[in-house]
Parts: sequence; C-alpha cells; structure tokens
Amino acid sequence: MDELTIGKKPFSSRLLLGTGKFSSPKHMEDAIIKSESEIITVAVRRIDFNQENDPFTQIITPDKFTFLPNTSGARTASEAVRCAEIARTLSGNDFVKLEVTPEQNHLMPDPIETLEAAKQLVRLGFHVLPYIHADPILAKKLEDIGCAAVMPLGSPIGSNQGIQTELFIKLIIEQATVPVIIDAGLGSPSHASKAMECGADAVLVNTAIATAQNPAAMAEAFKLATIAGRNAYLAGLAPEKETAEASSPLTGFLH
Amino acid sequence: MFSEQFNHPLIQKTVSQSLLVSKDAVEQCIRKSTFSSQDLPYLLSPHAESSLEILAKKSLALTRQRFGNTMQLFIPMYLSNECFNTCTYCGFSLEYKYKRKTLTKAEIKHEASLLAKKGFKHILLLTGESPKHVSTPYLKEAISIITPYFSSIGIEVQPLEQSDYQTLIQAGADKLTLYQETYHKESYLKYHTYGLKRNFNNRLDAVEKGAKAGFYNINIGSLLGLYDWRYEAFAMAEHLDYLTKKYWKAKYSISFPRIQEMIGTFHEPYPISDKHLTQLIIAFRLAYPDLGITLSTREPKSLRDNLAPLGITTMSAESSTSPAGYSAGNYEEQFQTNDNRSLDSIISMLKSKNLDPVIKDWDMSLMPN
Repeated sequence: MDELTIGKKPFSSRLLLGTGKFSSPKHMEDAIIKSESEIITVAVRRIDFNQENDPFTQIITPDKFTFLPNTSGARTASEAVRCAEIARTLSGNDFVKLEVTPEQNHLMPDPIETLEAAKQLVRLGFHVLPYIHADPILAKKLEDIGCAAVMPLGSPIGSNQGIQTELFIKLIIEQATVPVIIDAGLGSPSHASKAMECGADAVLVNTAIATAQNPAAMAEAFKLATIAGRNAYLAGLAPEKETAEASSPLTGFLH
Repeated sequence: MFSEQFNHPLIQKTVSQSLLVSKDAVEQCIRKSTFSSQDLPYLLSPHAESSLEILAKKSLALTRQRFGNTMQLFIPMYLSNECFNTCTYCGFSLEYKYKRKTLTKAEIKHEASLLAKKGFKHILLLTGESPKHVSTPYLKEAISIITPYFSSIGIEVQPLEQSDYQTLIQAGADKLTLYQETYHKESYLKYHTYGLKRNFNNRLDAVEKGAKAGFYNINIGSLLGLYDWRYEAFAMAEHLDYLTKKYWKAKYSISFPRIQEMIGTFHEPYPISDKHLTQLIIAFRLAYPDLGITLSTREPKSLRDNLAPLGITTMSAESSTSPAGYSAGNYEEQFQTNDNRSLDSIISMLKSKNLDPVIKDWDMSLMPN
C-alpha cells in the first residue's frame, strides 16, 4: 500500500485541499468530497470560534478528515505560534500548516521567521508543515529541527503558474527524509501531475479548484492527476533526453 | 515623508498624457495579459472607455483569481459628530449649529452590542475631527470597550501621530482608513477653510505615520467630486506606490467615495459619472492585482450590485453615518447613504452573484500580547 505518512499518521490521498476562495460552503463541501482529500487546511482567522454553525468546523469533521489549521495572516514567528496554539484547542490535533508571510501582495514566506516559529512549535509538540520558498537548505534545516513535512512553493500563491521552481524542488526532494508537499501555484491538474512525477510526496491545491467554474469537477480532475503523477513516478519515468536517440545502437557493429 | 516628494506638476503631466494617448496605444495596452501602475494613463484614458467591457472581463477574472469568490463585509460606527473644522462639503462642518454628540462609554457598548447581534465581525469606527472631544485616550477606550464584540477594528479619525497610532494598535485596532479628500493642494485649501485640517501635508503624511506605527491594513482614498478624478487617481497611485515600497508589510486598500447629500448645500464642481467610477475601479484592479477595493453604501443599490463582482473586495452594509445611528439616536449624519438594505439582503445579493460573504477574516486574539 502506497501510503503517505505525516506525523506518524498514514494517509492514502496525496492531494491536500485549501478552503479559501470558494463561492459558498456548499461548493467547498462538494469539492472536498470529490477530491477524496483526507487533509483539509483552513485559515484560523476565518473561523468563528463562537459560532456553533461555523461552516468550516461543521463540514471538516474529525471523523472524516484531518483538520489542518494554517497560520495564514501571521507576519511574525510570535503571531504564527499564537495562532497555532489557538488552532490546536479547536482542531484537537497537533497538525499545523505554518505560514509566515510579512508581505501581502505575493505572500512570500519569510524564511527567518518561519524557522524560528517552527523551532518553537516543534518544542510545543506540534506536527509542523511549514510553507517555504523552494530553498533546499531551509528545507533541510526545517527537517533537522523536527518538522513533519516541508511545503515548498511551485510559484506564488494563487498565481496558477505551475512549477516555476522545478530545479530547486527536485533538489529538495532528492535530499528530503520527510514528505515534500508542493504547496502553491498549481493552476491545472497537469501541474499537479508534474509535481508528483518529480517525486513530490503530495500536492496542496486551493485557488485552481475554488475558482474553477465547476469546483467539484475540478477537484476530481486534480485527484486523478495526482494519482496519475504518483503512479508514473513509482513506475519509473524514462529519463528526458536533449536529442532523439535511436532505439538500436548506432555503434553496435563495433562489438 | 511622502509630502516631501509629492510631485504636483508630474501628476498634472500624467493627466495630460492620459488625455492625449492615441487609440492605437490604448488598444495595444489593453491586449496585454498583465498590467502595472505604468499602464494607468492608458487604462484611465478617454479612449479606454470604449473598451470598458473587455477590461471589465479581465478585472473580474483577476479579482476572482486573487481574492477568490469572496466579499468581505463590514459596518461603520460613528462615535461622534463633533468637528472643529470647516469643510465645505461635509455635514459635520463646524458652522452647522446643531446639537453635537459624542457617545458615552455606555452608549458605545450598547451600539457595539447591537451591531454584533446583527452578525457583523469587522467594524470601522468613525468620528469628526475634534481632538478635544475625541482624543487618543477616548479612542483607546472606545476600542477597548468594543474589542469583545468584534474580530477586526478599523479607525477613520483625524490624522494622528505615530505614538497615538501605536496606542490604538495596542488597544486592538488593526486597520487605518484615512482619505486625503483631495490630493490637489490648491483645491484642498479652498474646501478646508478653517481648522487643523487645513494642513494639507499633515494629512498627506499621517497614513505613513500609521504605517510606521505598524497598522496591518491601510485604506487610502480621495473624495471624488472635489477635483478632476484623473488627477486624484494618479495621485493615489503615487501614494500607493510610495507606501507599498516603503512599508511593504501592510495590506493596502483603496476607496473611491463620491460626495453625497448632507445638511448644507454644496455644489459639486467635478462630478464623476458612474462610467468613470467603473473605469477607475477596473483600472486600479488591473494595475494592482492584490489591492483591496472598498465600496460603501454611499453608492446606490443597483450600482453596488453591478460593481460588486468587477474588482470590489470589501463592502459595507446597513450603514448609518450619525453617532448612535443604530440605536435610533436622533443626531445629525455626515452624509446620506444610498443603499439601506439589511446585512441579510446584502448577503443574499452576493450569494446570487456566486460570491461568498465573508463576515470574519481576522482575529485580534491571534495577536501576541
């Protein structure tokens, strides 16, 4: 069984889903179901803790899903840590997707604050999944301090530009001993396939599904693409070549 | 500070450029897939008007991509209508001799609890400009009183100093709204005839003081109708570019409020049409893909409904512009609103347009003490 293990918990789906940007809770719910995702991430700042019928906590129930709170909106390590602590009381699990984005237009992750927050959160017993730039050294450092996975970006959040950081993602994957989840910029199912073919352990998708004309159908397409990419990776892709290569060797006559 | 480099002749020159760009140049610009503030003279040009439909489609698509199918909602709450300025277009202007009102602590609490019961989570506190009655300690107390009721608190008050802004941020405010009214200094002095508000540069630099103090959300704007709208647009773009580069951690928003009826008579010298307002919203969306754009109840129902998907990210609902306006207090308002629908009816309208109304998108409890 080809399972993904994060924080000692096994998952069979390798597609994680984000929940922002949907046009209604119903669209979000339908997309979640069709995606067959098991890990669903929610921005803590969007949750209304005092409201019993908050759509996020109503739909993403712990019996069916692993509720992965994210610290979206945090601009410093201390804000992210506080956000994670609040989230843990709500989610009832130790998972947290760590996002520290001081800049508001492209939401680039702050490597220094992210590393600092991750250290503190690991110490507090969290399973930390940090969102980072595709920086192989940072990925190793986060792994060294005990993060449960690393989540490098393919391209800026919401940009739908696919994997612009391919070379560095491949370096991260090559060196990683924790799951590598490609987090941002995957705009079409082929991007998700590509990430999985590169050897990523999983992908996280939000904008491309939430803003599709039919979010549920797009969620299913991403599910299939993720599986296809994973299967291709496991099957062992034939290497890409710069030039055409004859199937029969040209110098065979010498032997 | 921004006032030191605010370049009036350059803005005037950009206005001329925008008025004179050729149809071909505009068409070439419109074909691009991404835009920047360099494209504003083309996007705001008279020739671009005939391509508004194409631009609107791009604006809608970009807004959905960057902000998703969502609309943030908020409610304004007036704390006071005291004012020690004469501003010829404003209902709070000093010369109107009606009984002024500043809410007491009990009244603030009552008003806030009413709004929280209606379902609002994001609130904007407003006042006139009367530092004597509405001082930083008063604002600090008001914020502390309403903190338990709301998850995000904005302020729209007189220009303050950096230390005052810091005090208010510590008390729980996370958003600063301050409109320049007009970026055209000569006109500014014509409309603001008496009071501290006459100091153009002080207002121009106050936003920056707020950014230095650490506000996470900053909303600028100019009151359209006081001067040529294109001049205001290019000046706002200058301001935005300056702030974004220098104070890169803040999230910026913009508003394009149009002058509305108030107690006195004011003849609007530079009215802006619905078409030009639409062009302005679309142009700013395309030039600044991640900019928040706020549309208030100053605008009538049908226009709000039509503009909502085209670039707007934040809307108010059920607004009153007088102190204690929600507790049926009978005090003078700043101006008349034109969309008096309830929160529920705004939510239904948004849902019918496939937009998810976002009531809560921040939490003060997430801030470390």
